[in-house]
Amino acid sequence: MNQSNTPTSGVSVDSERRPRVALFVTCLVDLFRPSVGFAAVKLIEDAGCEVHVPAAQTCCGQPAYNSGDKADTREIAEQVIEAFEGFDFIVAPSGSCGAMLKKHYPELFAGDPAWEGRANAFSEKCHELVSFLTDVMMVRDTGAALSAEVTYHDSCSGLRELGIKEQPRKLLGAVDGLTLREMKDPDVCCGFGGTFCVKYPDISNSIVTKKTGNIDASKADMLLAGDLGCLMNMAGKLKRAGSSVEFRRVAEVLAGMTDTPPIAGSGK
Amino acid sequence: MSARDSILTKIRQVNVAGSDDTARKQAVAARLSDSPRGIVPARGQLPDSERRALFEAMAQKFAATISSVADYSDIPRAVSGYLREHNLPADIRIGDDERLAKAGWDKERTLEIRHGASDGGDMTAVSHALAGIAETGTVALASGTDNPTTLNFLPEHHIVVLKASDIDGDLESIWDRLREKFGKGQMPRALNLVTGPSRSGDIEQKILLGAHGPRALHLIIVDE
Amino acid sequence: MQLTSDRFKQQAQKALVDAQLQRALLNVEKGFIGKRQMAADALPEFEALRDNARDIKNHTLAHLDLYLEAYEKKVTEAGGIVHWAENAEDARRIVLDICRKAGTKTVNKGKSMITEEIDLNDYLAANGITPVETDLGEYIIQLRGEHPSHIIAPAVHLNKEQVEGDFRRVHTHLAEARDLSEPAALLSEAREVLRKQYFEAKVGITGANFLIAETGSSVIVTNEGNGDLTQTLADVHVVVASIEKMVPTLEDTAQILRLLARSATGQDMSCYTTYSTGPRREGDPDGPKEYHVVLLDNGRSSMLGTEYQEMLRCIRCGACMNHCPVYQSVGGHAYGSVYPGPMGAVLTPSLNGIEKTGQLPNASTFCGRCEAVCPMRIPLPKMMRHWREREFEKHLTPATARYGLKLWAFFAKRPKLYRLAVSFGIPALSALGGTKHRFRALPFAGGWTRHRDLPAPEGRTFQQQWQQREALKQNVDQKRAA
Ligand code: SF4
Repeated sequence: MNQSNTPTSGVSVDSERRPRVALFVTCLVDLFRPSVGFAAVKLIEDAGCEVHVPAAQTCCGQPAYNSGDKADTREIAEQVIEAFEGFDFIVAPSGSCGAMLKKHYPELFAGDPAWEGRANAFSEKCHELVSFLTDVMMVRDTGAALSAEVTYHDSCSGLRELGIKEQPRKLLGAVDGLTLREMKDPDVCCGFGGTFCVKYPDISNSIVTKKTGNIDASKADMLLAGDLGCLMNMAGKLKRAGSSVEFRRVAEVLAGMTDTPPIAGSGK
Repeated sequence: MSARDSILTKIRQVNVAGSDDTARKQAVAARLSDSPRGIVPARGQLPDSERRALFEAMAQKFAATISSVADYSDIPRAVSGYLREHNLPADIRIGDDERLAKAGWDKERTLEIRHGASDGGDMTAVSHALAGIAETGTVALASGTDNPTTLNFLPEHHIVVLKASDIDGDLESIWDRLREKFGKGQMPRALNLVTGPSRSGDIEQKILLGAHGPRALHLIIVDE
Repeated sequence: MQLTSDRFKQQAQKALVDAQLQRALLNVEKGFIGKRQMAADALPEFEALRDNARDIKNHTLAHLDLYLEAYEKKVTEAGGIVHWAENAEDARRIVLDICRKAGTKTVNKGKSMITEEIDLNDYLAANGITPVETDLGEYIIQLRGEHPSHIIAPAVHLNKEQVEGDFRRVHTHLAEARDLSEPAALLSEAREVLRKQYFEAKVGITGANFLIAETGSSVIVTNEGNGDLTQTLADVHVVVASIEKMVPTLEDTAQILRLLARSATGQDMSCYTTYSTGPRREGDPDGPKEYHVVLLDNGRSSMLGTEYQEMLRCIRCGACMNHCPVYQSVGGHAYGSVYPGPMGAVLTPSLNGIEKTGQLPNASTFCGRCEAVCPMRIPLPKMMRHWREREFEKHLTPATARYGLKLWAFFAKRPKLYRLAVSFGIPALSALGGTKHRFRALPFAGGWTRHRDLPAPEGRTFQQQWQQREALKQNVDQKRAA
């Protein structure tokens, strides 16, 4: 693995010891796709960090936040900050949970004397997995190999709230044997939108249908993305249509952990 | 309470903090007198010849056509040429602009010239622009007896005469010109910034030229 | 128009199966998205201009009372008349009075969303004055008895065959055998029909893109030239504009103009940008003899100082709806309000209350593309979330969603209990998924599985596996130590 020696981040880390990273697993990864969690652990450890998984974590609170339930969101956020603030970095294998921790927690506590400072300090340490690897740990090559033609979907929160666009493409470019075939409009929403897809299933379906059309047209045999929610949505749609495209979280490929069955299975 | 007072009171309840409102009043007075420029694109900040080239390129991008003449006395011939080329009747509508009046229209004997506002019956009108704006290929036209506003919109063909030295780099330069001519805070009744002939994209978002305004915009640049 | 935002879902469903509409909606992407991107990319200062435009409007709003007064003074100096209207009803009445005094039977209208907001056309018609829309798109939808489905492209929901049908139905004085198969022929016909109308109305009504405090000018931005004909040929020009159209100076309009056309249609500049200041002057050969401005509040002042204040920066460019995946899927009419798309999802509840409009801020994936393209940097998703918060506080959220959320939050706030529940539930669900690793249907997941399969969990949860791994590690370490 190629990397520079010193992490570059606003957070000062004692150079004598390895950075202590707390993994925010995210509820979907915890419940539906633990292998993404283990891929994240491997990537972070390979980058020279020590990984911890605080037990007191459930969800980042986004479902409540986006449903207008601010009180519950705050309680959940306080619980997360308490469990994670003691680490050097907090890393989440998801753009949307990453954005919740990094961007929305500070908003949630703005003007609250007891929590504002803590939320801001916490936010400073938060990173989405791939950007943590490339922007903080300066990883350029994860040493993985995969013979496949893949296409990459930019999940909305990661792209627009955290500015993740080039980072995964750079790391994928270093994967041996992998070819990236960009689809049309990789940066357009897949129609998941958290609770949106069950509140407005027909609109969501119309949006995901355009997306899966673009995936098909790319002729790639695998779709990668940075958010499990979007992946489950796109995979569920294409699998229903009998497609053989495989769906994986980008971390699985970067960690060289592609022996688990893909999301929603590999069969048609 | 009048609607005016009620609206202003509501706004003040939010905007005015405390009893002393001097700072806000000063800020407004300063802004209105200083007119800060903000960001002026580098695109138009060019030496004369390049600025003119940019103006022409941008105007053509928006489907204006361009020709140039050495001085005002060449304009009647250029106009007649344009009419012939487009199979247009040999009559034009024109305002009282002195520069145009002195161009010597009697040289073009067959050309009929009407003055004043357009009544909707003109195929072609000729106006003189206040200035050109290179950054967007726009011409600025000020209303008045010199260049009636109806000439800019009713005829099918609009010919606009523009002095090469009146081509500015940016929109901000127009404000300077207007202030010089009319005074700070004063405007002509109508200032028309015209960029290409009229168009519409309202049917299936396909852009078509010639909506309600002129179908063609022709610029004659005077080099003198 | 009648507000039907409470039926958004049903209206959306209808829109999704309307083949004609779906075909027309493809033009949104073709007509706007790539063009906007190219225009923005071609201007290196574009992003800096967005910051500056935001600051200009923020400054203006913080001094709005003072700028309105300065503006009024300048309009009056130029011989114009300013009328203040607190609400739609006031505004309608003022316009009707002006029309009656002018003794006109018909008025021409330039494209204006604000007159849609106050339902001016219906009101004038009910009072014996015929309003005629002169913008091509507006003209078409007026013939159809519809409302705009987009704030800058009112007829974007239609295909040319539909327009042809309308023209044949209404323009019966023209030869039946004429060829109207191409958009160009339709445009020519509208031009011809409306030409006569411009000279018939004594009153021309336009909106305004800006009102300028420095000079007392109103500004309209158009491509067709209809707005200019409307206001120049009438005896009386009436500008209807809401108070947040104010900007301090001419310079400020230049800053925002550089964003407006690029964001709206991808043009560097629209065809016609017109600054109007007062009525015809001494010796002027043309222009209106009277110039009126109806300054309308209609809920704006109540947005000041709230978390929705930033919405008042909106310049109605339409970029947010062009880039919205929901708008692209259902079109503008489904929203059931004057303003559709993301900007409507924020503005409509502000103007009409959240009670009947709650679906609008909910019908968003929060993909953030609207905010990413909004030239005025309006945080639309954030404000939609604020509306969801108001809804939740007022207990307007549907009961099932509310209880579901509460149940979920109960567990989410209790990690130990949560662990316990999922450590049984998830492996069981995984086993149910079988070798296909997905479900075609599942109780309580109908919203999901109606259109797609649900991927099955892999097996035990990450936390279960991780704890096992850590325990094993500890065992090994202890044995080593022993
Ligand atoms: S909210 Fe922004 S993008 Fe939408 S119409 Fe207003 S200014 Fe344009």
